[in-house]
Amino acid sequence: MLPVLPVALPLLTAAVLAALSKVISERLSQLIAIASTLTVLAANLYLLKLSSSQPIVYWFGNWRPRHGLALGISFVIDPIGAGLGAFAALLTVAAFLFSSEYFDSVGNHFHALMLAFLGSLCGFSLTGDLFNLFVFFELMSAAGFALCGYKTDDPGSVQGALNFAVTNTIAAYFVLTGIGLIYSRTSALNLAQIGRSLPSGPLDALVLVGFVFLVCGYLVKAAIVPFHFWLADAHAVAPTPVCVMFSGVMVSMGLFALARIYWSAFDPSLHSHVPALRVLFVGAGVITAFVGAFMCYIQRNLKRLLAFSTISHIGLMLIGIGLFSPEGLAGTAIYSIGHGLVKGSLFFVAGILLHRFKGIDEQDLHGKAAGQWATGIVLLLGSIGLAGIPFSGLATGHDMIAAAGHEAGMNWLSWVFVFAGAVTSAAVLRTGGHIFLGWGSAKEQNQAPKHEEKPETKAGHGRTPATMFLPAAGLAVAGLSLGALPYIQQTTFAAADRFENSHAYIARVLDAAPFPTLRNESASPDEWPMGLLTAFAGLAIAAADLATSGKRTISAILAAPIDLLHRLHSGHIGDYVTFLVLGMGSFALVFVYCLR
Amino acid sequence: MNYLPYAVAAWLFLIGLYGVVSSRHLIHLIICVGVIQSSSYVLLLSIGYKTGRVAPIFSDIPASTPAVDPVMQALMLTDIVVEVTVMALLLGLAVQIHKRHGTLNPDRLTGISG
Amino acid sequence: MTRAVRRILFLVAGATLAWTFFLAYSPMPPLGSVQSRYGDAVNAITVPERHITDAVTAVNFDIRGFDTLGEEFILFTSVLGTVLLMRRQKDEPAGDHEDKAPGRVIPRVSDAIRVTSLALVPVTILFGLYIVTHGQVSPGGGFQGGVILASAPVLVYLCAEYKEFRSLLPLRLVAVAECIGAAAYILVGGLGLVLGGIFLQNVLPLGQNGSITGGGIVALIDLGVGMEVGGGLSLALLVYLEELVEEKEE
Repeated sequence: MLPVLPVALPLLTAAVLAALSKVISERLSQLIAIASTLTVLAANLYLLKLSSSQPIVYWFGNWRPRHGLALGISFVIDPIGAGLGAFAALLTVAAFLFSSEYFDSVGNHFHALMLAFLGSLCGFSLTGDLFNLFVFFELMSAAGFALCGYKTDDPGSVQGALNFAVTNTIAAYFVLTGIGLIYSRTSALNLAQIGRSLPSGPLDALVLVGFVFLVCGYLVKAAIVPFHFWLADAHAVAPTPVCVMFSGVMVSMGLFALARIYWSAFDPSLHSHVPALRVLFVGAGVITAFVGAFMCYIQRNLKRLLAFSTISHIGLMLIGIGLFSPEGLAGTAIYSIGHGLVKGSLFFVAGILLHRFKGIDEQDLHGKAAGQWATGIVLLLGSIGLAGIPFSGLATGHDMIAAAGHEAGMNWLSWVFVFAGAVTSAAVLRTGGHIFLGWGSAKEQNQAPKHEEKPETKAGHGRTPATMFLPAAGLAVAGLSLGALPYIQQTTFAAADRFENSHAYIARVLDAAPFPTLRNESASPDEWPMGLLTAFAGLAIAAADLATSGKRTISAILAAPIDLLHRLHSGHIGDYVTFLVLGMGSFALVFVYCLR
Repeated sequence: MNYLPYAVAAWLFLIGLYGVVSSRHLIHLIICVGVIQSSSYVLLLSIGYKTGRVAPIFSDIPASTPAVDPVMQALMLTDIVVEVTVMALLLGLAVQIHKRHGTLNPDRLTGISG
Repeated sequence: MTRAVRRILFLVAGATLAWTFFLAYSPMPPLGSVQSRYGDAVNAITVPERHITDAVTAVNFDIRGFDTLGEEFILFTSVLGTVLLMRRQKDEPAGDHEDKAPGRVIPRVSDAIRVTSLALVPVTILFGLYIVTHGQVSPGGGFQGGVILASAPVLVYLCAEYKEFRSLLPLRLVAVAECIGAAAYILVGGLGLVLGGIFLQNVLPLGQNGSITGGGIVALIDLGVGMEVGGGLSLALLVYLEELVEEKEE
């Protein structure tokens, strides 16, 4: 019963809440939603513990494989999937708490939509079937579109939601085409079955293009360059609790799909091409990290700034997965949770600012929040967390990914992390300096176009409620101390090692064979200096910016590229889709011609 | 004839994408997304087809008659109904955009950028 | 980007994608000869093991029933989202929309349409229910039947005044019916859990081959899905109509 609970319970609760929406009060609906989410959190944590030595395989309808052919749909529960599901539940609880003051006239549909979103996230991380993955991807998208366009009275909100919706729907059709291509070759939809049926040896273009369509469709969700344009628009306009879910866990799910699809179905056949794959995916990650960091720094809307920093960090996470080693995958897992926690707390701070001061523009809020010490400290903690200060989840992830890079011969990866971490944290620190301390000049040279943001809450703008402050502070503290959890590196490494053991996975799912013990040993040194270096670099950049405002020679030199970047992110859906197609076609052709 | 459905699927996908990119009206854009949807359905159904076989309905034929692949058809069936509602969601967004911006031309929507 | 630049960039992008499609589809077997072990295995077991003569329904609601649960909830979430998106904001005056362009006279609905629609409503509902319940026997099932059921309100709208239409089809009832249908799928799955130990296990007695009682839980799921799809699409229709026409507060 336990494997089904993380999906069935939120969906059932969503249906019940929607049915009773006019009958029960909002408080009761919120309580029911939180209770359901806490149950999901507990269930996922228990599943994490149960699956720590062997993945749990659960066949729906008791349709077990016959003669080695998988007929039904299976959940294959392993610690990484269950851990992601638990993390999604945690963020959902924080979002529900935060939204207590929100949404004056919403009815209870907000809770139903968030629960459906949570159910889809859990299903996505637990499933072992390719089409089931797609179905949960669509559910995640549908709930996401509705939640993103929630503030229908805000003109930018519906436009951002439409950009999000059209881009992700087109990505879904690419995924469906990929599923068709793979099915035509393997006649299977179960990931383990595909792994067994794909021929080893030289691959033809059909399978390669199918793989690219599948993976890149999910990478659209993960907002990798050039598929990333929708993310900033969606984040800038979605309600704050929704932004926390998007940045914290939804984008990581796109990368999880890549890992799951590759390691369950394609590793047996693509294994000999791993060096080329490494170059491609690490390259994409590096480009994303740079583009995200640049765009992040030149924003003035705090939510949009945080959205671009999410893009930058997801690029770093792709680097970890793209190294195709257990160390890299484990590093990405820890990094994604640390990043989700820290980013969540920063978005909550943005939401608090929006609630108190009815705006989120860096220039408009200049100096207004002076005296809000507690919130300011949370912002500071969040930004040095983004930089990867030692003991934070990001630092541990950085260490492990850098170690994996050393093993793969890419010793320069650590500097990418330093750069992205420094620039993104500097952007947040600079904003904090403007808003909380009144530093810098109030009339900056114009960077990004200004966006109006309407307040999301109704009453009580004079103080910050505890239900808003506590999630922000709690997530920040959790993110900064994640790396200090005992044995976190070893257990995650063990989980990643098992995740990547394709032959054992396939045998476990199709033949119910037990999993062998650990193959590799974790060997990651502590990289204290890098974390501290990044944090100091971030502080230095922010301080330099605040001190020299108005005499920005660097911005004069970089004016042309900055302007180009702004114009590329035009908000026009046609541009976004053009880049999506360009990226998809180029990836596919590169794959086919380099990997044959 | 042997490869016509695949060519049709590819063509629909490309022309749908062209429609989305060059559209001057949001309703037209959303319908073009529907065209892309049809492309994936054509591909999947033609993968399921087998020459010389019957539909997988055994109510009036012996149960062991060779039939086409029902899995692809099952996938498509639920998907079609589901995409109708996703289209409804997109069209709802378009209606709200018209209300808030006064226009349905993507070139004139300037709410968010940068 | 100007339109011209975008068009040129898309031509390049489209060309790469077209070449990709060509490379991908060339190694495919010609139409009609794709090997399918999965499909053949399913075809071989639906009748003997589940007494379902419609293999597509067997796949949808039994063998891959969990997917259909997800799909049903996508429908549910999208309809919920549509209702949410079309809600009246505080700055919109109520009742200022009219079902006509200003200055135009609405022609009276012709008697031919009224009579035909009225006559077709019971036929449509009956046909919809037939399709919903006979999913196991012949092509049909919850999704298709639900869509047919949802077209009955359209016919009523065509032949009646809007006010009568709204009084016949209260929004709350439709919404609650939809939610019950959605919850029913999970509860039936839970039934399988309680009685058989696995979610969505087929625990009800399998009826005769080719009758509507064949398939065990599939019959129940069909009804639930039919209610959900019919309710969901009707709700979406109602929400859109509300957007366009005058209405009184509920």
